[in-house]
This record gives sequence, structure tokens and C-alpha cells, in this order.
Amino acid sequence: MTILTFTLILLAGAYLAGLVGSLTGLGGGVVVIPLLTLVFHVDIRYAIGAALLASIANSSGAASAYVKEGITNIRLGMFLEIATTVGAVGGAVIAVYTPTNTIAILFGVILLFSAAMTIRKKNEEALVNGSALSFKLKLNNSYPTKEGKVSYQLKNVGAGFSIMALAGVMSGLLGIGSGALKVLAMDSTMHIPFKVSTTTSNFMIGVTAAASAVVYLQRGYMDPGIAFPVVLGVLGGAFTGSKLLSRLDPKVLKYIFCLAISFVAAEMIYNGYNHQF
Amino acid sequence: MKNLISKLRFADKDIEQFIGLQLRYGVITSSLVVLIGGLFYLSQSGQLPLPSYHQFIGTKVGYTSLGQILVGVRHFQAPAIIQLGVVILIATPILRIAFSLLGFVLEKDKMYILITTIVLTVMLASIFGGLKI
Repeated sequence: MTILTFTLILLAGAYLAGLVGSLTGLGGGVVVIPLLTLVFHVDIRYAIGAALLASIANSSGAASAYVKEGITNIRLGMFLEIATTVGAVGGAVIAVYTPTNTIAILFGVILLFSAAMTIRKKNEEALVNGSALSFKLKLNNSYPTKEGKVSYQLKNVGAGFSIMALAGVMSGLLGIGSGALKVLAMDSTMHIPFKVSTTTSNFMIGVTAAASAVVYLQRGYMDPGIAFPVVLGVLGGAFTGSKLLSRLDPKVLKYIFCLAISFVAAEMIYNGYNHQF
Repeated sequence: MKNLISKLRFADKDIEQFIGLQLRYGVITSSLVVLIGGLFYLSQSGQLPLPSYHQFIGTKVGYTSLGQILVGVRHFQAPAIIQLGVVILIATPILRIAFSLLGFVLEKDKMYILITTIVLTVMLASIFGGLKI
């Protein structure tokens, strides 16, 4: 295979990854790693580097729109980023000592979890009696809806913070945004309305990924020949996806995608178990 | 008191607008640089066989520090130009933290100045802390 053929196929694959990722909320990294490792047999470490770039591109692109709409809770994001960045740097350091097959199995498990999280029912109620800590940290806020501004408060700040640290470790270890864990921390644990959780999670993913991306760049995980089609493809796909999102209901797509992701996850776990990486 | 709150909200809104724009320009600049480097790379080595990506070479590959990348860019090396775009992409969210810090300083929000400084310190430690293992 020539470099040109590889680039064109990867570009198309990354475009699809960005498109489906932005429509289902699972981010580009989830598709980029299996594509590179299972289809092109690229070493999983190069795939992790590429996936981190896909996560940053996706997050920064989408967050630029959400932040302007005023749904994202910037203070909450900044506070929780203490946990995710420390976790991410820690995860990137642990990654050196973790065998690639273990990483593949762990990635499969997180994929299954992400798929389950995507199709489960989300918390839409705004909490009215937040915990004392949420007031102290000024985390309570409001967000615009069709019926006007809705105020919300939150609780279980400590538990949410801990899950965020775990999300950071996973992000640093596997090269993904760990949006599913971030949403679990905010939506299920801290009782934040899901629209705020998903946009704030998206906003944080870029910073979390950048924290470990620096470590990975220095270690040579980021190859220019792979980064080039991945960054452009994912960005293009995410851009198209965000335009399509307002016109179609991605519910069916979400189920199909989650099913597909589960098969990929099984394949990653199986191959990892048989030391194929 | 009411005046004070609306003033605070206004400032928050301003920061949000600004961060939104900064993220957008970061992504656009990065993708343009990656595109230029990528086209250059394809025109030079598009017909060559694929490097053995199934074998991990890591840091020996080069372009693993900003210094190396900038030297490469000065010599018009295509992979170095792509890596420069990659660095801009990674720098975009880091810059966002710096701009948020500026915003909280303007708002005189002491607690969030502290929180943002912690996040920024972690990022800078990751960049300069010699984590190259």
C-alpha cells in the first residue's frame, strides 16, 4: 500500500468517525482506535496518539458553539478539570508500564460501558436544593431552554470529583475523551440536567485530552503521517454532523452505532486476550 | 446588589463569547497548517510504500519536541509542518485555560483564580516537567 492510498482510506474513515461521533455524542476517538488497530494493524500506541488528537479536535470544534449558547457551565468545568487533568497526566505516565494487550482489553470494556451509557435514560430534571459545597464553589447556575431560563443546583460534589479523576486516568491511558464517564459523574451523580452535563463534558474533553497529549507527543506516539488524515477527517465529519444534527433525529442511528461499538469492543477484548496487539 | 449581579453576568457572558471564538480560531488555524503540511507530504512521498506502523518506533521518529519541529519547519520538512499543526491543536485548549484565568482575574473571583491556576499549573507541569520517560 502506498502512503497516498493509506491517507485517502484513513481520511474517509476519520470523516465517518467524526460524523457518527458527533451525531451520537461518542466522540471520534472511539472509532479511530479500532479503525487503526483492527483494519490497518497500526500499533495501538500510534492509534492512541491519533485518537487524542481526534478528541481535542472534536471537543474544541463543538465547544466553540455550545459555549456561545450559554449552556456550558464554565465554572463547573474548570473546577472538575483539576481532577481530570491530574488524572490524565497520571494515566499517560501509567500507560508506559501497561502492556498493549491490557490497554486493548480495557479499551473494549470502556467501549461497552460507553455504548450502554449512550442509550440509557438521561436526567432532565433540574435539582432545586443543592448541597452546601455546591454553593461554596459557585457551581449552581442556569441554562437557556425553549421555555426560558431554567436554574439548577447540584449535589454529591465530592463523588462527582472522584469519578472525574477516574475519567481523566482513562483518558490518559486510552487516548479517548471518556465522555461517558464524565457524563456519569455530572448527570447521574451530581444531578445536573443532561444538556448541561453533555456540553460541559464536551468542553472539558479538550483540556483533559491536551493534558496527556503533551506527554504522548514527547514520547513519539503522534506520527505526522497518521495525524494528518485523522485531524482533517474527524474535523470535517464533526462539522457535517453538527449541521445534520438539527435536521434529523439520531435516535435510530444511536442504537445501530451502539450495537456496532459493542461488536468492536468484543473484538478488541478478544484480540487483547489472545495477545494480538 | 442587583446591579452588581447583572454586571457579573455580563462579564461571564463576555468570557464565554471570547472562549468560543478562541476555540474556533484555534481549530481553524491548526487544520489549515495540517492541510498545508499534509498536501506537501503527499506530493513528496505519496507514492512511497507505507512506513511500518505496526512496529512502534516512538521517540526515535523525530518531531517529539517543539524545538525539533520548528527546526524542521524552517527547512520546509512536510512532517514537521503537520506536527506544527498538531501542536497548535493541543495548545488550543491550554490557551483556553489561560484566557479563563484572565477572565476570572477581571471578575476578581478569587476562588476561581485559584482553581484555574491549579489546572494551568498541572498542564504546564505536564509540558515542562520532563515527563518524557
